Amino acid sequence: MAIRKFLSTAALAGTVAFAGLPAQAATLDDVKAAGELKCGINTGLPGFAETDDSGNWRGFDVAYCRALAAAVLGDPDKVKYVSLTGKNRFPALQSGEVDILSRNTTWTFSRDVDLGFTFIGVSYYDGQGFIGRKALGVDSATGLDGASICIQTGTTTELNLADFFRVNGISYEPVPIETNSEARAAYEAERCDVYTTDASGLAATRTTFDDPDMHMVFPEIISKEPLGPLVRQGDDQWADIARWTLNALIIAEELGITKMNAKSMAGGSDNPEVNRLLGSEGELGAMLGLDGMWAVRAIEAEGNYAEIFDRYLGTSTKLGLARGLNALYKDGGILYAPPFR
Amino acid sequence: MRVQRIWTDERARGVILQLLLILALLLVLAFIVSNTVANLQRAGLASGYGFLGSTASFDINQRLIQYDSTSTYGRAFVVGGLNTILVACLGILAATIIGFVAGVMRLSRNFFISRIVGAYVEFTRNVPLLIQIIFWWVVILALPKVRDGISFGDTLFLNNRGVRLPAPIIEDGAGIILVALALGIAITWQIARRARKRQDETGQIFPVVRTGFALIIGLPLVTYFLAGSPIDFDIPVAGKFNLKGGFNITPELVALWVALSTYTGAFIAEVVRAGILSVGKGQTEASGALGLRPGLTMRKIILPQALRVIIPPLTSQYLNLTKNSSLAVAIGYQDIVSIGDTIMNQSGQALEVISIYMLFYLTISVLTSLFMNWYNARIALVER
Repeated sequence: MAIRKFLSTAALAGTVAFAGLPAQAATLDDVKAAGELKCGINTGLPGFAETDDSGNWRGFDVAYCRALAAAVLGDPDKVKYVSLTGKNRFPALQSGEVDILSRNTTWTFSRDVDLGFTFIGVSYYDGQGFIGRKALGVDSATGLDGASICIQTGTTTELNLADFFRVNGISYEPVPIETNSEARAAYEAERCDVYTTDASGLAATRTTFDDPDMHMVFPEIISKEPLGPLVRQGDDQWADIARWTLNALIIAEELGITKMNAKSMAGGSDNPEVNRLLGSEGELGAMLGLDGMWAVRAIEAEGNYAEIFDRYLGTSTKLGLARGLNALYKDGGILYAPPFR
Repeated sequence: MRVQRIWTDERARGVILQLLLILALLLVLAFIVSNTVANLQRAGLASGYGFLGSTASFDINQRLIQYDSTSTYGRAFVVGGLNTILVACLGILAATIIGFVAGVMRLSRNFFISRIVGAYVEFTRNVPLLIQIIFWWVVILALPKVRDGISFGDTLFLNNRGVRLPAPIIEDGAGIILVALALGIAITWQIARRARKRQDETGQIFPVVRTGFALIIGLPLVTYFLAGSPIDFDIPVAGKFNLKGGFNITPELVALWVALSTYTGAFIAEVVRAGILSVGKGQTEASGALGLRPGLTMRKIILPQALRVIIPPLTSQYLNLTKNSSLAVAIGYQDIVSIGDTIMNQSGQALEVISIYMLFYLTISVLTSLFMNWYNARIALVER
C-alpha cells in the first residue's frame, strides 16, 4: 500500500502538480482575459477540421469554435486551434490546455460521468461503419471473418469493433493506428482489408483516396455515435454558454435566421422567439453573462446549422453527406433545440 | 555544548544542513501531493488501481498469453508488458551480434570493410530512431500485398502483413522432446567443462561446438521421430482475406525489431571498438609471437580483456534499447505504452497508468542492470 501510494505520488508529481489549477469556476473570465478561445479540434479530417490553401482551419467542428468565439469575444477569428489526437484530447481538456473540445467526440456515459466532462449537446448524429475495396467481393460487415481491420486507437470505435465481432462470433486482426491520416496510409498500402471509423469520417476519408470509386462503404452501421462538443465538468456557466450557442445555431435554422439576415432580424420581428434569441426582447444574453447580441454574432460567424452543414458536409461538397438524422425534427431528422424562453 | 560551537563544528554543521535540505524536500513533496490531490478531486476524477479489474473491451493483435476483449485491463497490461519484453529481448540479441561484428569489422585492415561499417555506424547513429522505425515500417508495407505474397515451399509466407510460419500443435507425448532438449543442453555443458579441463591439463582440443550442436538439435529430433511425431504443424493456407492458420509475425514487430537492433547495434559497435582499442598492442604482438592466428588472438586474447571495458557501457545500451521500444506506439506495435495509452483513454486513469509504465520500465531496467553487473563482476580482472 505504501509503495502504491508513493508511486502514484511520484507520477502525480510529474504530470499534474505543476500544471497549475485548471480554472474550474470561471472559464468565461479566462477566455475574456486571454482574448482568445482555445478550441481543441481534429488533427485533420476533411469536412470537420482541415486547413485551406492559406493555412486557415475550416470545417464543421471549426465552425462551431468560430461561432462560440463570436458569441463570447465578439470576433470569430479570435480562436486558437489546438490539434488533438484521439488519445491526447481528453488530457488536454482536463488540464485546461483547451477551453472546449469540438472534435468528433462521441458522447458516452463514462466520458460524461467518470472522466469529469460535460457534453453540451449533439452537433452530429453519427454511427460507426466500414470501408473496403470493392475487389474484396464483400458487401456486408458480417462477411469480414478473418480480415485485418485498421482502427484509430483511443476511440469508441475500438470498443464497438470488439463488441461487434464478439457478438457475431467472427474473428479479425486489429491494426491500431494513432491518427486518421496514418490509418488511411496503412489501409491504402493494404496493411488492412477494411478501415473502420464513424460513417462521416469514412465519407471524408474516401474523398482523399486516389480512386474513391474502387472503395465502398458497407451498409451496416454498428453503433450510435452522437458527436458533440464538450467542456470540463464543474463550470456550469461556461457549459451553458457552449450549450446554448449550439442550440442557437440549430434553432436559427428552424426560425429561418441566416448569416445574411441575422442583423436585420435583430432589429425586431413579429416572432417573439426570434426577438428573444436575437436580443430585441428579454434578457437571455445577460443570463448567460454575455450581451444581448451574442446569438446574432454566433449566427453571423458561419451561418445557421443548415448553412454550416451544407458548406462543409452537405451533398454539394466532396463529402456529399445527406442530412439524414441530422435534419430538423420537422424535416424527418432528430435535430431539436429546446425553446429559447 | 554552546550554540556557537555547534555551528563552528564542521560535522555538526553538515548534519544540520542536510536535515534542513531533507525537510525542504519533504515540504515540496507535501505541497505537490496535496496540490495534486486537490486538483484531482476538483476535476471529479477517481484515483486508485481498482480499474485494473474492469473489462478492457478492446482487442490486441499480438498476444503471448490468452486474451480477448472480455479480459481485464490488468491482463491487457500483462499482454503489453510481454510484448515489450519480447521485442526488447529480440532486439538485445540482434543488436549485440550486429554490434560485435560491426565493431570488429570497423577495425579491419581492409579499407572497404572498415569504411562501409563506419558509414553504417555514423548514418544510423545520427538519424533519429523514430524516423528509422517509421522507415522500416514503410519498407515492410511496400512488400508484396497479401494476395501476391511470396511463399517459400507453401509453408512460409512473406507479405506486407508480416511473416507467417507454421505453428506447432503440441500433442500428447510431446513433453519427452523437451526432456530430450534439456538433456542435450546438460550433456553439452558437461562436455564443455570436461573439454576445458582436459585442454588445461593436456593441451588437447575437443570440438565442443560441433558436438554441442549435434546433441542439442539431434537428440530432440531423434526423440521426435521415435515418439511417433507428437508435434503436428498448422500450415498456413490462403483464406478469404488473410492467410489462415499458422503463426504470424506482424510487420510492426519486424519493423521495430530491425530499427532497434540496427540503431543500438551501431552504438554497441563503437563501444566494442573502444574496448578492443583499450587492449594494449603488445597483447596482439605477444599472441602472434606465440603462434596464434589473428582470429584466435581476437577471440582468446583481445576480446576477453576488452569485455571489461565493454560491459558497463553495453549495459546502458541494453537499457536504452528497452526504453526506446516504447516508440512502438508510432507504428501501432502493441507494447505496454501503446496498450496503456488506450487504457488511459478508455478509463481516464492517466496518473495510475503512467505510474505503471514507470514501475514496469524501472523493474526491467534494474533487473537488466543487476544481471549485467553480475556478469561484469564475473569477468572482471582478478587482481592479486
